[in-house]
Amino acid sequence: MKTFIKLIFFIILLINFGNSKLYAETSQKLLKTDWSFKSFFGKFDRASLQRGYQVYNEVCSSCHSVKYLSYRNLAEKGGPEFSEAEAKAIASNFEVIDGPNSTGEMFTRQARLSDKFVMPYANDEEAKSANGGAYPPDMSVLVKARKGGADYIYSILLGYEEAPSDVNLEEGVYYNKYMYGNKIKMSSPLSEGIVEYSDGTKATKEQMAQDVVSFLMWAAEPHLEQRHKFGFRVIIYLIILSVLVYFTMKKIWSRIESKV
Amino acid sequence: MSDHDYQPSSKLGKWFNDRLPLLTLSNHLREYPTPKNLNYWWTFGGILTFCLITQIVTGVILGMHYIAHSDLAFESVEHIMRDVNYGWLIRYVHANGASMFFLAVYIHIFRALYYGSYKSPREVIWIIGMIIYFLMMATAFMGYVLPWGQMSFWGATVITNLFSAIPFIGESITNWLWGGYSVGNPTLTRFFSLHYLLPFLILGLVILHIWALHVPGNNNPIGIEIKKPSKDTVPFHPYIVIKDLFALLLFLIVFAFFVFYAPNILGHADNYIEANPLVTPAHIVPEWYLLPFYAILRSVPDKLFGVIAMFASIFVLVILPWLDTSKVRSAIFRPIYKQFYWFLIADVIILGYMGAMPAEGTYLLIARIATVYYFVHFLIILPFLGFKEKTLEVPLSIVEPVLGGSPKQTSTKNNSNLRENL
Repeated sequence: MKTFIKLIFFIILLINFGNSKLYAETSQKLLKTDWSFKSFFGKFDRASLQRGYQVYNEVCSSCHSVKYLSYRNLAEKGGPEFSEAEAKAIASNFEVIDGPNSTGEMFTRQARLSDKFVMPYANDEEAKSANGGAYPPDMSVLVKARKGGADYIYSILLGYEEAPSDVNLEEGVYYNKYMYGNKIKMSSPLSEGIVEYSDGTKATKEQMAQDVVSFLMWAAEPHLEQRHKFGFRVIIYLIILSVLVYFTMKKIWSRIESKV
Repeated sequence: MSDHDYQPSSKLGKWFNDRLPLLTLSNHLREYPTPKNLNYWWTFGGILTFCLITQIVTGVILGMHYIAHSDLAFESVEHIMRDVNYGWLIRYVHANGASMFFLAVYIHIFRALYYGSYKSPREVIWIIGMIIYFLMMATAFMGYVLPWGQMSFWGATVITNLFSAIPFIGESITNWLWGGYSVGNPTLTRFFSLHYLLPFLILGLVILHIWALHVPGNNNPIGIEIKKPSKDTVPFHPYIVIKDLFALLLFLIVFAFFVFYAPNILGHADNYIEANPLVTPAHIVPEWYLLPFYAILRSVPDKLFGVIAMFASIFVLVILPWLDTSKVRSAIFRPIYKQFYWFLIADVIILGYMGAMPAEGTYLLIARIATVYYFVHFLIILPFLGFKEKTLEVPLSIVEPVLGGSPKQTSTKNNSNLRENL
């Protein structure tokens, strides 16, 4: 058994190793908030995801795409869980180009549940030219694509400040204390009351940041809840089985005068 | 019961076994005399076999959904994560499985180093093992390229560029590897093809590795040759099977923790950004299990010699059976070697850490010292230690605590016995 204590030690070392790769790019400590999806039994807060979708739709989506999400995902289990009718209604607000039809023409139609989220720009070049040369990244896996994950995105959203006097900012560049190099080409996207939540929650900056980051976490890991649920069962199963196998092993080895 | 005397009990079994002795093989595997004092560090062989099979099974399934094309690879991985039934589970098992595979193989290798398992008559097992390890690194590297994220692309660029250090023909070789003038779609498709092929070569080598093991039999913690079968051994089944199973289950708990609760902690965030040849990431780092070699590569100022040093660091392991001149196998009876062993472990961990840090300033200096020490350990300390070290007295057998044995004493007799048996 001692061996396994040593092994656990190795594992801890290994995790530290993994983290050591994340050497500080900014010395700023990220803002923390209570994420319902962290921890072993972590789940998404449905109301927060629905509000987060609203923030995404009314604020972020004018520049940022979420190209790997489909409208059907909004009604799926483990997500915001809009009803199917609600998801259909959301989809119908968007237009997609389909075709060719029987006469060979492309046509636009209302989006359906099976369509992917409509992208704000036709291509990367259009996105860049509309944003002063900076490409607004696709947000499908954004939370997983940044060190610090949800905390980092949350901090960026709330990290806008007046630039210190010794920092020169060009036109269209903003100061953010959590951004690498502190310069960001996105203006502060959130301001008090920029959205009006339909469920009556007060739309403070912190509230909106928390909601939209939860939404993005779900967009990046749509099966997170299932994964947590599975993980718990699998580990309990393995623990029980290893206890049984341990006693079986003891019994078998007791036939000979040797310890195991 | 030796393999010669084995007779299947049924008539049909006998008929079949006379034509293809599969039943003899299965009997051999069950009865295989194993030292009874093997500790838990010896269970990693079984764990590694499990890891390889897991990687092959999950990999074959992923291959059904993955698209090896530079425009579609990233998207197809997201398709697996979102829309394929339990695709997230299969991919996370495969991705973390690679890390678990390397964790287990490092424990397995360092176990062999501690107990001198590479020494005569087990040199061939060791060399096959090193070839497996080398192929594992190649396979893992190519697998990491397949999702076509930023680290995939730039990692591939850095590693394939190493070949351009070869004088005269380096550039041609690099272009040949790429299938073009930079890492691109042809590189991705051939990496996919090879990533699918190499695991089966590894599987074949694993069979040879086990075959080669079954000729002299297992080494053991006290490192003496034992008579087989004797009071010192137990049949593989059920004694070792159940113990390996127990260890495997504990290993799986750790494995499951990573898969279900920290599936991305061992990866790099940048690999969730689609590959972009126009944007270089701030730091290009390989996966954790390649970091020590990456540190050696970068600590040599010259590119060509850096590459040579990196390959040499693996090659010294291949010739280790002849570098270690000590007649005593187990570190238990080698008080000085034991200390150097732990220095080596510390050295490799330091190298790994430096591999993750930027190659500059103090980091680079420490990496250089650690690189030099790595080679000093194998090329100077080990050969000398064999002559100078005063080893402790080795017992004659596992069950009888009688001193005065020597690692060579019974080996010749045993070998001839074994040859008869086979």
